Amino acid sequence: MSLLRLEPRGQASRVMVYLTPVIAVALTLVSGFLLFWAMGFDPVKALHAFFIAPLMSVRGLGELAVKATPLVLCAVGLAIGFRANVWNIGAEGQLTLGAITGGGLALAFYGDGGWWLLPLMIVAGMAGGALWAAIPAFLRTRFNASEILTSLMLTYVALLLLNYMTHGPYRDPEGFAFPESRLFEADAVMPILIQGTRVHLGSLFALLAVAGGWVLIARTFIGFQIKVIGLTPAAAGYAGFNEKKIIWLTLLLSGALAGLAGLGEVAGPIGQITPTVSPGYGFTAIIVAFLGRLHPVGILLAGFLMALSFIGGEAAQIGLGLPKAITGVFQGMLLFFLLATDVLIRYRVRFGAQKKAAGKVMA
Amino acid sequence: MDSATLSNLPHRLELRGITKRFPGCLANDAVDLVLKPGEIHALLGENGAGKSTLVKIIYGVLHADSGTIRWQGEEVTIPNPAGARRLGIGMVFQHFSLFDTLTVAENISLGLENPGPMDALSQRIAEVSERYGLALDPGRHVHNLSVGERQRVEIVRCLLQDPKLLIMDEPTSVLTPQEVTKLFETLRVLAAEGCTILYISHKLEEIRALCDRATVLRGGRVVGDCDPRQETARSLAEMMIGTELSTPERIPQGQAGAPKLQVRHLSTTSDNPFATNLKDVSFEVRAGEILGIAGVAGNGQAELMAALSGEELVPDPGSVNIEGRPVGHLGPRERRELGLAFVPEERLGRGAVPELSLSENALLSGYAREPLVRSGLVHFGRARSYAERIIGAFNVVTHGHRAEARSLSGGNLQKFIIGREILQKPRLLVVGQPTWGVDAGAAAAIHRALIDLARGGAAVLVISQDLDELFVLSDRIAVLFHGRLSESSPTHQTSVEEIGLLMGGLFNRPPDEDEEVGRGV
Repeated sequence: MSLLRLEPRGQASRVMVYLTPVIAVALTLVSGFLLFWAMGFDPVKALHAFFIAPLMSVRGLGELAVKATPLVLCAVGLAIGFRANVWNIGAEGQLTLGAITGGGLALAFYGDGGWWLLPLMIVAGMAGGALWAAIPAFLRTRFNASEILTSLMLTYVALLLLNYMTHGPYRDPEGFAFPESRLFEADAVMPILIQGTRVHLGSLFALLAVAGGWVLIARTFIGFQIKVIGLTPAAAGYAGFNEKKIIWLTLLLSGALAGLAGLGEVAGPIGQITPTVSPGYGFTAIIVAFLGRLHPVGILLAGFLMALSFIGGEAAQIGLGLPKAITGVFQGMLLFFLLATDVLIRYRVRFGAQKKAAGKVMA
Repeated sequence: MDSATLSNLPHRLELRGITKRFPGCLANDAVDLVLKPGEIHALLGENGAGKSTLVKIIYGVLHADSGTIRWQGEEVTIPNPAGARRLGIGMVFQHFSLFDTLTVAENISLGLENPGPMDALSQRIAEVSERYGLALDPGRHVHNLSVGERQRVEIVRCLLQDPKLLIMDEPTSVLTPQEVTKLFETLRVLAAEGCTILYISHKLEEIRALCDRATVLRGGRVVGDCDPRQETARSLAEMMIGTELSTPERIPQGQAGAPKLQVRHLSTTSDNPFATNLKDVSFEVRAGEILGIAGVAGNGQAELMAALSGEELVPDPGSVNIEGRPVGHLGPRERRELGLAFVPEERLGRGAVPELSLSENALLSGYAREPLVRSGLVHFGRARSYAERIIGAFNVVTHGHRAEARSLSGGNLQKFIIGREILQKPRLLVVGQPTWGVDAGAAAAIHRALIDLARGGAAVLVISQDLDELFVLSDRIAVLFHGRLSESSPTHQTSVEEIGLLMGGLFNRPPDEDEEVGRGV
């Protein structure tokens, strides 16, 4: 008889749906405290440097928004797919393709751009991401191939393609053979929204994606179909919802948003095409989507939290001399605790030995 | 053993003051139940009366909050189903506990203490299923089995354990009359050998034919104890419901109208080797009439339902026609727009999404014919009022349109689904198993609604394994066997026995078919 046991709830707890992300964050902080302490750092100081200091300046807050932008863009698209059981794991690759196609236009029209160049790059970036996501969509709807595997594998193809492009066609002719493109011209760069920061037009798109994602999920008939397909595919077939159409739609949408995120990076904070466009935004966006409960507003909050882990990780590297892996450790702990505490949605914790064996229902 | 010896033995099972409380509901309230060796004892009650809870306590799935259980005179606690099986209690659940990806023999071996080698077990399964007329191939995978066949697996699994008490929860709903007769013979043999049978059914005629005693539950309490042979089906039903029962009257149809559904030479081929392909099925349903299609589960009902609903498209568009229009190539949405409504056999998980509210479930099929969606946006206010209309018109017992579909009892959910389809004013309604596992009150309401719909000029097709139901509802009855459909006969010109023989396959028998048919005749 254990002192702590789980008892099934009659029905899923709505409170816990919203509370478990908070519990997960708290547990991550406690574990971080212990981790820093065990490593011989002053835990209070380390956590302060990691989580508080970056928020203490306008510039720091701006950086937070800059990092949150690609996360939120990718995560909103992914979450819509996840709701329909469409598991796009390859946002990182779609983001990379967006950078290659959209950024490529900036290079193609180098020297003779105009006001029209940036909008065209945005369209091309979204199209590139959508195209990359169309491959898993085709393979899934035509051959029933798992999009989890195909989208993940295509990520590595996209990263190698970017590597090739920056070493070859995109390389700056005056760059002393460094694998980087030219710096984009003013017509090909996202305008800065807040002076004194690097917050750019992409953040506005991220907010639009949040609003649009919410309308799609909560108000449209497509959103309803996504929900039914995700919960009960047989009922969707009965109702006459076209599952293949929804697979295409969600993959193209998440691909386009990831492509926009990638274009926003090269035309935003980076300002050129480099062999590494993203520090793993497309993968972190998966955590953001789940941490945000697959809900656009939740994703916005989760996006800022994960952005903080990137910035805090950098600050901890610089200020405390911690290894780069610290960012991944915190992100991993957060996802781990979230998945672990999710059990509280359907079960409640009881203390003390039980008097009589609780009912166990056979499958 | 003669009856004098039996009556001197201690009670096989004696329950005293069994109480079980769930959050918000008292499922069993001081229930007493005494089962004697060798008796066939009926447990009667509407859905939600506490029957399932009580038998789950006996089988060790649930544990009573208070009360005592005596087995053969000795007080026992039954910790779990394995403990119940060790005592000699076997149970056939209404909802099956089978693993889809395993074979029949593998599933059965999982439920046995000492399954032994698989070959020998398969041999024993074949013997038992042969002896009790429960055709079963031990090597088949469960996911390919129909509802009826899955139930046979459960029954055979129990019989292999030579139980002293056999609990049967609605066991006959998917059997032909001849198979029911055979099962009853089996049960009587088992009872004569001293095995006690606790028999749960809503088919009151069966209980009257089979059982020695009946205990009636209502609202978690025992409200009656009687000898069912001394009662009428009506008096049993009224004891169970607590009020008088209104049964629908079937007024024979005068002249049927224009054909609404025409099926011509419909054949299907499936990639699934265990699916029953339809072979040259032809029939029509006319405005104002109800056609019943009888048959044992697994004879092509699922395939016929899918071909009619549009969930499976058929190669020749002209083999399914709605009001003269070929629709074989159209999906469910287009067919709904043409006036088809559809109630699947599987309520939770196909007819309704368990986790969604009744409002959202009203939208699930209601979008096609009700103004619930406007320029791509869901009109939630209208979906809610549509759900409320269904709840009101069909007396769905629930705490409102926000209730999740899975919170409803089987009967109430079925009333909701049928209401949702009927309020769309379909010109053609296809219904699978309208009242399987539904309590008597709800079943009567559903039958009433189907008859009213037909009287209003719609064509209704009922595919069911419940012959009593088909004889109450249908103007004509046809039988599906091995994917072939018999000629239909007017209900008043045929009999349960005749239809039962057709369900066993005595029709249209092509000379080249060397399968053993007409088993048990």
